[in-house]
Parts: sequence; C-alpha cells; structure tokens
Amino acid sequence: MNQHLLLQVVSKMMIPLIALFGFYVQFHGDFGPGGGFQAGVIVASSVILYALVFGIEAAKKAVPPSWVRIGMTLGVLIYGGTGVATWLLGGEFLNYTVFAPQSTHAAGQHWGILSVEIGVLCTVTFAMLAIFYAFASRMPDLSGEDW
Amino acid sequence: MDLLSYTPAWISTHGPALLVVLPLMMAVLTAILPSRAAIGGKLAWLAVLATSGICLAVAVSMLLQVMAHGPIDYAMGGWAPPFGIAYRVDALNAPILVLISAVAVLCTLYALPSVDAEVEPKKRAAFYAAFLVSFAGLLGMVITADAFNVFVFLEVSSISTYVLVAMGASRDRRALTSSFNYLVMGSIGATFFVIGIGFLYMQTGTLNMMDMARILQDGGVDSKVTKLAFAFILVGLGLKLAMFPLHTWLPGAYSYAPSFFTAFMAATATKAALYLMLRFSFMVFDPSWAFIGKAVMILVAALGLLGMMAASLQAMFQNDLRRVLAFSSIAQVSYMLLGIGMATTLGLSAGYLHMLNHAIIKGGLFIAAGAFWYRFGITQVCDMRGLGKTMPWTMAGFTVLGISLIGVPGTVGFVSKLALVQAAALHGWWWAIGAIVLTSIMAIIYVGRLIEQAYFQDPPKKGAVTVSKNEAPLMMLIPLWIFAISAIVFGINAEWTTSLAAAAAELLSGGPDTIVPHMGGH
Amino acid sequence: MITLFEHYNYAIVIILMMIGLYVVFSSANMIKKLVGLSIFQTSVFLLYITMGKVTGGQPPILDPAEYESHGGGHESAPAAAHGSGHEAAQASHDAVQSAAHTADVIYSNPLPHVLILTAIVVGVATLAIGLALVVRTREMYGTIEENEIDELDYLGNLEGHAG
Repeated sequence: MNQHLLLQVVSKMMIPLIALFGFYVQFHGDFGPGGGFQAGVIVASSVILYALVFGIEAAKKAVPPSWVRIGMTLGVLIYGGTGVATWLLGGEFLNYTVFAPQSTHAAGQHWGILSVEIGVLCTVTFAMLAIFYAFASRMPDLSGEDW
Repeated sequence: MDLLSYTPAWISTHGPALLVVLPLMMAVLTAILPSRAAIGGKLAWLAVLATSGICLAVAVSMLLQVMAHGPIDYAMGGWAPPFGIAYRVDALNAPILVLISAVAVLCTLYALPSVDAEVEPKKRAAFYAAFLVSFAGLLGMVITADAFNVFVFLEVSSISTYVLVAMGASRDRRALTSSFNYLVMGSIGATFFVIGIGFLYMQTGTLNMMDMARILQDGGVDSKVTKLAFAFILVGLGLKLAMFPLHTWLPGAYSYAPSFFTAFMAATATKAALYLMLRFSFMVFDPSWAFIGKAVMILVAALGLLGMMAASLQAMFQNDLRRVLAFSSIAQVSYMLLGIGMATTLGLSAGYLHMLNHAIIKGGLFIAAGAFWYRFGITQVCDMRGLGKTMPWTMAGFTVLGISLIGVPGTVGFVSKLALVQAAALHGWWWAIGAIVLTSIMAIIYVGRLIEQAYFQDPPKKGAVTVSKNEAPLMMLIPLWIFAISAIVFGINAEWTTSLAAAAAELLSGGPDTIVPHMGGH
Repeated sequence: MITLFEHYNYAIVIILMMIGLYVVFSSANMIKKLVGLSIFQTSVFLLYITMGKVTGGQPPILDPAEYESHGGGHESAPAAAHGSGHEAAQASHDAVQSAAHTADVIYSNPLPHVLILTAIVVGVATLAIGLALVVRTREMYGTIEENEIDELDYLGNLEGHAG
C-alpha cells in the first residue's frame, strides 16, 4: 500500500480549496485585507503543495515551466498594459478614471484596480512557482521510502 | 538649432513616466524572447539598444526643457501630490538621467561582442532583460520625488545588479561570493534607508519630498526623530555609493561582473546614490540646521578624505587590473564627497561636475579592460605587457582616459579637480587641497604602472613567436573612443558641463524645495 | 526605563535589529547570514506597523451609503502598489477631519501597511536571489562556509588562475 495515501488523498481535497481561497483573497482586496500579492502566494502554494506530495515531475506536468515563464511576463504586461491603456485614453500613466470618465461612483477606478491586481496575481503566482521549480529541480527527487 | 521645438508635446508631458515604464516593459518582453542562440541574443540586444536609445532621446529633450523652462512635474495616476506619487525632473537630476541613458547606449554597443563571449547563449535574453530592469531602476531612483518610491526603485536596481554581477561566474567563480557579499551589504544599506524613511514618515506624515521639506521647515528641526532619520538615510545611501568605510563590496562586484555590466555599473550606480544623498541632504533636510551641517561637513568630508587616501593607496598595490580601477572608483567618489562636504555652491558644483566627468572616464576604462580580456584573456596587470603594440587603438583610448583620471590639463579629470581645488581654497580647507594633490600623485603611480606595462614592455612570447597584433572588435572600439573623445572635448571646452553643474548647485544651495506642485485631478 | 516598557514595541524592534545585524556579521555560513538579514528586515516591518497604529481605528473603507449621501469626492478602492495608501490615507485623513460632518469615525491608516507589503516583497526577492547564489556557490566551491571559500580563493590566486 502506498505509504503516503492519506497525505495524497487529503491534499487532493485541499488543493482546489486552497486555490479557491486564493481567488477569494484576490477579489476581497477591494473590501479588506487581500489583493494580488497575498492571493498570488496562496495560489502558488497550492501548486507547491501538489509538488511536495506528488513529486515535482507531476507538478511540472500540471503547470509546465513554459507556462511559468510566460505567466510571469504576462502579469507584468497586464499591469503595464493597463497603464499604457490609460496613456492612450489621454490620462497620465495609471490614471484609472479615464476608463469611465462619466461615472459618479468611480467605476473607472474599480476597473483599473481589478485589472492591475489580476496582473499582480499572475506575476506573483508564477514567480513563486519559478523560484520553487528552480530550486527543487536541482536535487533528485527523493524516493518514497526516504520521507 | 532649437531641438526643443522638434520634440512632440507628449514627450514633455509624459516623458518622466515613459523613461521608467519603457525599460520595464521592454525588460519583460525581452525575457520571453526565444533563447535559441542566434536569434535570442541578437533580438534581445536590439531591444536593449532601441530602448536605451529612446530613453536617451527622451532624457535629452527633458534636459533641454528643464534648462529652458524649469522643472517638469508629473503626477502618477493623476493623483495630485502629496497624496499621489510625483515625479520631478529639475536641474539636479536631468543631467544624471541623460548620463545614465547615454552610458547605457554606449555600453550596449559594447555589449554585442562582449556578452557573446561572456554569457552562454541561452541566458543572453534573460541577461539583457535583467539589465533593462537595472536600467529602469536607476532611472526611477533619480526621477522620483516620493521618498518610498526611491526605496522601491533602489531595490529594483540593486536586485537586478546582484543577479547581473553573479552572471560573471562563468568567467570567474569569485563572482558568486562577490555578488553574495554585495547582496548582504546592499540589503542592509537599503534597509537602513527604509528605516530612515520610516522615521521621516513618523515625523512628517507624508512621503512626498517637497511636502516633507515644508513640514520639517515648519517645525521638527529639534526632534530626535528627524536627526535619527537623517542618520539612517545617510548611512544607507553611503553604503550604496561606496562611502568609506562602507565600500568593501565594490572591488569584488566591479572585478568579477561581466565587463559590459561593470562598465555600466561603474559609470552610473554610485552616481545615482550620490544624487540621492544630495537630494535628501539639501532639498529635504536643510543644511543650515546645526546637526545636518555638522554631519555633512564633518562626517561626509572626513570620510571622503579617508576614502581618498585609503582607496588610492590600495589601488597602487593591486595586481588585478579591474581591482585597480575599482579602488580608483572609490577614491573618485570620495572626491565627490569632499566637494559635497564643503556645502558651498562652488563645492557642490565641483562635486557634481566630478560626478559627470568620472562617469565618462570610468565607463571607458572598464570598456577597455573588458576588451583586453576579450582578445587576450588579460586580467592581471603583469599580463598587460606590450599591449601598446598588440592592441594599439584600445590602449591609446585607455591611455587617454587614464591620463584624464590623473587629471592632466586638457582632460575632464583636470577640469573637475581644478574646480574642487578652487572650491576648497575659497572655503579655507587647505588640507583638502593637500589631499587632492597627494592622491593625484598616487593616481599617477597606479595609472602609470599600467601605461608603463603596456608601452615600455615587449609583448609576451609564445615559444619563439611574439604575440601578434589583435585589435579589439569595432563594436568595442567605437564606445571606447566616444568616451575618450568626450573626455578630451569636455576637458578642453567644459562650458556645457560646468553650466549643468552650476545649475544643479544653485538649486541645492537654494535650500529645500517646499512648494508641492498642484496638478492632476482630484 | 518606564518609557521603554511603555513603548515595548520599539524596544523589540531594536533588539531584533541588533540580533539580525549580529547574525549577519558573525556568521561564516552563508545561509545563516541570510537568516540574519531576514530577521533584520523583519524588525523594520515591526517598526512600520508600530508607528502606523491608530488607536480605535476602523478599517479605512467608506460605507457606500454615507459616501453617496455626502456627495462623493474620494474613492475608497485601494489602488495598486504604493499609490494605494495615499488616496485612502487622504480619505481617512479627510474622513477624520470632516468628522464633524459625518459620524465620528476614526479610520486606521493603510499607508504603513502598504509600505510594509512592498518591503516584504523586496525582502522575499532578495532572499530568493541570495538562496540561488548559495546553491550556485555550493556547486562551484563545494562549501558554503565563508572561511573555507576564502581559503579556496586564496589557493586559486596562488596558483595564478581565476578558478
């Protein structure tokens, strides 16, 4: 029998919940503590938990390193792209109000913040994963009996 | 020729943000370029060249505008300062922006052969991306008028610098320990800086530099918190600009980094930190307050003096060419600190001028040192025998810059040393003049050693055959000679650079800038 | 002395700072240096949190009902990165000052927390790079003790090659 059956079953149940909680923290940033960085770390930790329990090869199949590279840059591009979009719409860099100039309840600000926070989430998640992959790939995987 | 009329309006309005955003975005795009050998490296290089070229154009146009019309203010995100982050380009930082961009362009030209030899093909795109991040960080550090934003960009540039220094490990494994040492010391310095900013925030309740100055002027001069804040900021920035005795990270970092990055770093990183020290000491804190005046004049000048002596002495005894140049850099930064320590307009102008001139000299010297390694694998001084014959053009450029470092009349080094001596004489600091003369003699020794090896010794023999002439590639010679020719041109006709330095010194002596610009919507 | 006990937070900041610095200076092991650096940086976070505490402060979110009824003016949506604290600080500032107009609400200041968050991210990035350097040093030198590395470098220097 697999020595780590309990661990694997529990992780399989927990990992989606962790990722879900990460997204909750992300969107909760508008109303309380939270936001992109914290959520990014939580989502990344769900993948790292998977890598710890099932082995790094399995994790690399789930979230390939090429995704990681592109994801990191995509996040920064989303953030910078929001700023460039505000430029093109006539305001200063990252002046979110130009997204919805006529709104009375600052809808432009809401859209802008949402957009940059998604960028931050993307970057932080994949950056954490990149760091983990870089470190974890250097040592050979421990066999099941060793831990 | 009115260059100003050719610049489109959006550069003047959005220039400050563009200077920082463009390298950052291009860094990200460069990082995902394909890493196959032929394409990845070249595309990344083109991206860096284009970015630094555009940044140079924007920086020059902003300099012209600042000289003609006064400071440019930019409110990030449309939020009016002091609640929003403001960028400000004025006579103090506009020349430094131009300096950083120009050095980046020249070093990028140099990078084409140099990086091909020193960095393995699949890492080149990432290498150039890290360089662009460092470039963006330096520009951001200089251009922002928000104290915490300074810390953010300081760390952005420092972290990418740690990575780039460590990339030299494929050439010499000591790059790793040097980078680690730099990391530890640089992080301590940045943390000291952020502690100082924390105390300033405690005292004033704001992070905008102009607003801070206003609140400090109104009250809070006698507060211990303000004094503590100044002390922490001075130490933190002092570590970044290699003030004696916080300079020990510099020789290792400069010697073992890839030569392209050493040339860039030697010409820009310490200058940006020095600019920050000037900005904080004179434009946020007021040097007419007792403790600031004492700290600046006594501590900074004294440490400058000690640094000059110690570093020049050490430079004379080094065997590694790059370490000689690194210790020489520490000595030259100490000259600048001496000029700043005088806290008079002339002294500040002399220190600022030396900042600009030294960047020209050191950038070129490190480019030449890298060219020596590229062709012959030379890092030690004793291996430089006969370079005058085997690499005539490179050595000639090196010699021009070397004598400029000593301060021979007709070169930029002489102009700024003369300005320093004049300022010291008028201030009554005769010991400073003695120190400058003594260290210049030491500079003659350590530069003379290198020139003597190159011109008065025969090239080494491999068996019975003398090593034949093998000049550096054209892409290396062009930036080297641009630096060398600038050293002569700005040495003979120093009007423009002196006027820039004088404008900066005027701004500094005018006392803290307490008017928070009103702009932006809310 | 009594003041020290009243402001025990600051005393802890200083103690942590000194512990961190001492560990950095005195360790020969590279990982221990990084640990010391982290402790040192953590003390700074504590400093910011301590000075940012507003006694009796509510979370700085404007109630939309109150906001609508008082004619708008300041957004409560936290903006990105650093700029975030500022307008919310303005909101809390104004909210505090116009306490006469609204109910008497004291908002806590979100700006120091944003500064700490930024500093934490910087600390994480520095730590990641430091650890990567340690891994590479181990591969190149076979050791991560600074005195052994110095010896290897010295021997390498004596032999005349750059290793």
